[in-house]
Amino acid sequence: MAINLKEMSAQRELLAPGHRLCAGCAETIVVRQVLRAVGQPVVVASSTGCLEVATTPYPYTSWRVPWIHSAFENVASTIAGVETMYRSLVKQGKMEDRGIKFVAFAGDGATYDIGLQFLSGALERGHKFLYVCLNNEAYMNTGIQRSSATPMGAWTTTSPVGSAVPGKRENRKDITAIIAAHDIPYVAQAAPHAWRDLMTKAQKAIAADGPSFINVLVPCQRGWRFQPEETISISRLAVETCIWPLYEVVDGEWRLNYRPATKKPITDWLQSQGRFQHLLTPQNKHIVDALQHEVDRQWERLLERCKLPS
Amino acid sequence: MALKVGKVRGKPIALDGDRAVAEAMRQMNPDVVAAYPITPQTEIVMRFSDFVASGEVDTQFIPVESEHAAMSACIGASAAGGRVQTATSGAGLAFMWEVLWIASGTRLPIVMHVVNRSLSAPLNIHCDHSDSMGARDAGWIQLYDENVQEAYDNAIQVVRIAEHPDIMLPTLHAMDGFILGHGVERLELLPDEAVREFIGTYKPEHSLLDVDHPVTYGPMDLQDYFFEHKRQQAEAAVKALEVVPLIGEQYGRLTGRHYGLLDGYRLDDAEFATVVLGSTVGTTRIVVDELRDQGVKAGLLKVRCFRPFPATAVAHALGDKKAIAVLDRSLSFGAQGNPLFLEVVTALFTHGFSPKVVNYAYGLGGRDTVPAQIHQVYQDLINIDEEGFIGPPVRYLGIRD
Repeated sequence: MAINLKEMSAQRELLAPGHRLCAGCAETIVVRQVLRAVGQPVVVASSTGCLEVATTPYPYTSWRVPWIHSAFENVASTIAGVETMYRSLVKQGKMEDRGIKFVAFAGDGATYDIGLQFLSGALERGHKFLYVCLNNEAYMNTGIQRSSATPMGAWTTTSPVGSAVPGKRENRKDITAIIAAHDIPYVAQAAPHAWRDLMTKAQKAIAADGPSFINVLVPCQRGWRFQPEETISISRLAVETCIWPLYEVVDGEWRLNYRPATKKPITDWLQSQGRFQHLLTPQNKHIVDALQHEVDRQWERLLERCKLPS
Repeated sequence: MALKVGKVRGKPIALDGDRAVAEAMRQMNPDVVAAYPITPQTEIVMRFSDFVASGEVDTQFIPVESEHAAMSACIGASAAGGRVQTATSGAGLAFMWEVLWIASGTRLPIVMHVVNRSLSAPLNIHCDHSDSMGARDAGWIQLYDENVQEAYDNAIQVVRIAEHPDIMLPTLHAMDGFILGHGVERLELLPDEAVREFIGTYKPEHSLLDVDHPVTYGPMDLQDYFFEHKRQQAEAAVKALEVVPLIGEQYGRLTGRHYGLLDGYRLDDAEFATVVLGSTVGTTRIVVDELRDQGVKAGLLKVRCFRPFPATAVAHALGDKKAIAVLDRSLSFGAQGNPLFLEVVTALFTHGFSPKVVNYAYGLGGRDTVPAQIHQVYQDLINIDEEGFIGPPVRYLGIRD
């Protein structure tokens, strides 16, 4: 499994241009990279969210592959139903086995929050599909509300910054570790600037003998408050500050995929986005310190899991 | 239909409703079943799991982690182009509510076997129709079973109704929890091959697995098209008024058991009529016979098909009666009566009839409904006719004051 850029660039895009996602949105970058790596034949399911509404305003569709959307929370059950029907029809000889692959795309709200039960159930039952979380760290489709993927201190419209409350009070949930605890064959974290890493992970994930999960950070210029042309540099900064490490868990073995030469301070990350600007004042320094402490703690725990020196 | 016209008789057998439905599911051999256990439906999934374990069916069974996931998986599986079934009760059906609408709006012919159970709170596992009546506007075709034989017969017919090219809507049939679900009755099962021939094969026009012809299912559909799509769906549901009796007639030619939208019992010359669905129809038949023996012109209109509601047939069956009682096994809180009553009154009024009609809520939470109570209903109708005064139009039957 190697990424042959020349070959891949000659492939037809499976997500057509002309969709209605924002300029600078990382979601289509990730979807195109994943679908290139996965290849055809493939059936795609999406949860309700930016990707779904922006790619299928009836009577138009951007999907050149079979695609289904049902609801916000149930994309894992939906794709599980599709995959099970495929196994049933093939086993009964009602259709030929064409090696169809199954991919679900869902936002962090659909994955961390409202759809967690559905995802957990589908993983436990062992359906063979790749679940990609397009993680922009809040409910962006409804207008930037906090999710359990939103980092502490961030401004959102349901964790607004006021004189009494300085943004979101709670640390985010470590969903990647929660998914890894399901002991499925392949789990990873990725980011769009590291395109070769992401595409390699998508290839490994879809080749796994069972369910697989990739949590991809998708910087959102509207929700995070940065300029549309900064998406890729923001993605890189997330990894360089270790707030979004790139790693994979292959058959239970944790592997770090990238280690920054020097870990950049969290303040670099906070300064790059409007959602954190209120933290850069003397009275909120304790929140910045707490965030740095949390990043360090999570990073050390990851190094330990990967059996690497700190 | 290559099957011989006439009566294909199965061996008489004693089964409860859950097992009868599980047998029908085994015979129909769906491609995918996704279901979650809930009393009083559990016996269906247990029994069907046995058939999967023993290899008696080709079905892939998805033992989901909730009813919402069951219907969600059914939606994915049905869009993937095969036959899909599930079963549930009470809270399970309520938990599916959001996705019931997605199944119908996506025009997926999913089949659901409902074993009626009341809705919490307070917690109660026994029969009333709060669950399926609560889903009456969700776009599903709804049939109600009178007895275990009918639960079995309807379980088979709903597949043909759902998949009819003019319909393409999810379809459920509902049997009274415990009363039918766990009640053992005599019935006849068809031979396996007769069932399989009756339901035939299913070949949808589109499928997610037809990767050479990619289709987008479940797009965003806003002000410019949504309304037309909903109208198409509404008109497809109404077409089931033709398809349900058509399939019921074909089934009747096969088995000798004929089914329509409604079933009038000693109704034509009746002066006093009740309108009933579910297992209480059987109780009411006995009361009608007893009253007829006493010279009272009592009759019964059984509603088999509640969605779509056969309004014209109902109106003409009831329009000339002196007084009518509609029995509802669920409440529509704050409404001017309960679900079946509202349908019947609307049907009468819109067809130019205005007989005296009253509504009785009965049997909530599995409360027994006995012949003496039904006798009381007919006596009330006689009194209403004699006094020319209806009194309270919405009442309770078999309840402590």
